[in-house]
Amino acid sequence: MNNHPLYDIADISFGYDATPVLQDLSFTLESGKFYGIVGPNGCGKTTLLDLLIGNRIPLSGSVSFKGKIVSSYHRRTLAQQISLVPQEFDTGFGYTVEEIVLMGRHPYISRFASPSAEDWQRVDQAMKTIGIDDLKNRYTNELSGGQKQRTVVARALAQNTDVLIFDEATSSLDVKYSLEIFNVARRLVLDKGRTVIAVIHNLNLAAAYCDKLLFMKDGKIACYGPTAEVMTPETIAGVFDISSKVSHDPYSRTLQVNFRYWD
Amino acid sequence: MVTPSSKKFLFLTIALALTTAGAIILSTGMGYISISAGEILKVIFSSISNSSSHLNGIDNSIPYVIMDVRLPRILTATLVGAGLAMSGVIYQGILLNPLADPYTLGISSGAAFGASLALLANLTLFNQFSIPLFAFVGAIVTLFVVIHLSTFNGQISANTLILSGVIVGAILSAGISFLKYLADEQVAIIIFWLMGSFISSTWDGVVIIGVAVLIGAIVTLYYGRDLNIMSLGSRSSDALGVETARVRIILLLTASFVTAICVAMTGIIGFIGLIVPHLMRFFVGPDNRKLLPVSAMAGGILLLFADTITRAILPVEVPIGVLTALIGGPFFCVIFRKRQRGGRHE
Repeated sequence: MNNHPLYDIADISFGYDATPVLQDLSFTLESGKFYGIVGPNGCGKTTLLDLLIGNRIPLSGSVSFKGKIVSSYHRRTLAQQISLVPQEFDTGFGYTVEEIVLMGRHPYISRFASPSAEDWQRVDQAMKTIGIDDLKNRYTNELSGGQKQRTVVARALAQNTDVLIFDEATSSLDVKYSLEIFNVARRLVLDKGRTVIAVIHNLNLAAAYCDKLLFMKDGKIACYGPTAEVMTPETIAGVFDISSKVSHDPYSRTLQVNFRYWD
Repeated sequence: MVTPSSKKFLFLTIALALTTAGAIILSTGMGYISISAGEILKVIFSSISNSSSHLNGIDNSIPYVIMDVRLPRILTATLVGAGLAMSGVIYQGILLNPLADPYTLGISSGAAFGASLALLANLTLFNQFSIPLFAFVGAIVTLFVVIHLSTFNGQISANTLILSGVIVGAILSAGISFLKYLADEQVAIIIFWLMGSFISSTWDGVVIIGVAVLIGAIVTLYYGRDLNIMSLGSRSSDALGVETARVRIILLLTASFVTAICVAMTGIIGFIGLIVPHLMRFFVGPDNRKLLPVSAMAGGILLLFADTITRAILPVEVPIGVLTALIGGPFFCVIFRKRQRGGRHE
C-alpha cells in the first residue's frame, strides 16, 4: 500500500467532443510535497485538476490515487482525503461564512447527525488560521471577492485532508493574503506532511513555494521536475514564448523570474 | 446547539403548524351552511373513532357536508399547496435560481399535456389513476427531454436547463392547444381542468396526494444537506463528497413526481411553487432542511386560503389557477424588480 505513489497518472487523454484538451499525460506525485502546475491560459490545467479529483473521467489512460483508480472511490471517502479550492464559487442563496466553512465537514458528518464538537472546533480553527473569524456571521453574497476566496480556503482547511488542490486560488487576492494563504499551505506540507497541488499563474510565487513544477502547454507536459531544475529561461520561453531572467534573489531567498517589460 | 436562528425556526414551524390546523377547521366551517368549530371537531372525532355518540344535537346533514363535501376539498387544496411549494424548493435549490419552479422546467406543461391526452381519449383504463398516471408519464418524459437538451459532456448546466425547460414548455403548450382543438365538444372539460379546480376532490385523491407529498418530503429531507452544498456548484459539491449528478437526478425526479400528481388532481395552479419558497427563505434562510417543512406548510395555508375565497366568499366560483395567478403574478413582478435593482439575493 505504501509503495504506491500518492498519484499515478498513466497516459491520460481527455477532450470535450472532438477537441482534445489533454494528450497522453503520464507522471507521478508523491506525498508531502508542494506541487505547482504552470502553463498558459487554456492549456488544460483546470481539466487536469478535475481528473485528479475525479470530477471527470479520462477518455483513455488512468488516474490512480493511493493505488486505486480515482473513480472507484466513493465521493465521501475521496472528500475525506482530497479538498479543492476552486477559482470561484456560486452562492445563489446567502449562507453565512461559518455555514460555508462547516460544509467542509460534510464528508465526516453522517446523514441526519449534527456536527460534533470536533467538527465545530475544526471550523473555528480553520477560520482563525485564515483570519476570517470576525466574518463568521456575515453572508457570503455580501462579501468581497477576496473575503469569499479566503472563506473557501478555510472550508478546505476544515475538510482536513491529506491533499489540498488549489485552482488559481489566490488569483483574486491581494499580495498580503496571497502570501498568507501560501504560507499556511506551505506549513501544512512542511509540518504535517500534507500534499498541495496548486495551479499558479504567478511564476515568482510558483518558484518561491513549490518543490516541483509541472509546466504544461497545449494539453501536454512541457517540463516536469524540481523547481530549481525546471524553472529556467529556456522552459519559460518554450511554454510562454517570452524571454526572462531567472536568478537566485537574496532578499526573498528563492529563485525569482524577471521579465523585460517594455523597450 | 441552540442558536438564535434555530429557535426562530422552531417558533415558525410551530406557528405554521397551528395556523394550518386552524385554517383547515375555520375553512371547513365556512360556506353555504356555516358550521361552528366545536361541531366540526366533534364530527371529525366521531368519524375517526367510528362512534356516533358525540353527534347528539348536530343536524344529520352536517357530518355529510363536513366529511364528504368540504374536508376532501380542503385537504386536497392544502396538500397540493404543500406539494407545489415543496417542488419549488427543490427546483430552486437545484437550479440555483430563486425564480425557478415547476413551470420553468416545463414539467407542469408536460404533466398537463399527458393529462389532457388522457381526458381527450376519455381513458378509463386505470380507473381514477389514469389521469395521474398520464400526467406523471408526461412530466417524466418532459424532464428527460429537458435534461437531455441541457447535458453537454455528461454534465448538466443549470442555466441551459431553464432555457430548455422554457422551449419544451412552449412546444407542449402548443400541443395542448392542438388537443383542445381536437377535443371539439369535450373542450370545456379540458379547459376547466387546466385552469385548476378542487371541485371534484375525493378522499382517494387526498390519499394519493398525501402519499406523494410525504414521499417527496422524506426524500428531500434525506438529501437536504447535499442540496445545500450543491448550491456551491457541482465542482465544489463533488469535492465535498456529494454525489452531485445522482442526487440531482433523484431530487428532480422526486419534484417532478410530486408536481405531476398535483397537476393531475387539480390542473395547473401557478405561482405557489415560486413565491412561497422565496418568502420563506426570507425568514429561515437558505438551509433546505428548514426551508422545506416551512414552505410546505405555508404553501398549504396559502392555497387553502385562495380556495376558500373562491369557494365561500366570492359570489361565483373563480377557477383557482386564475385566482393564484391574479394574486401571485403582481407579487412576483415586485420581487423580480427588487432583485434586478438590488443585485443582492436575500
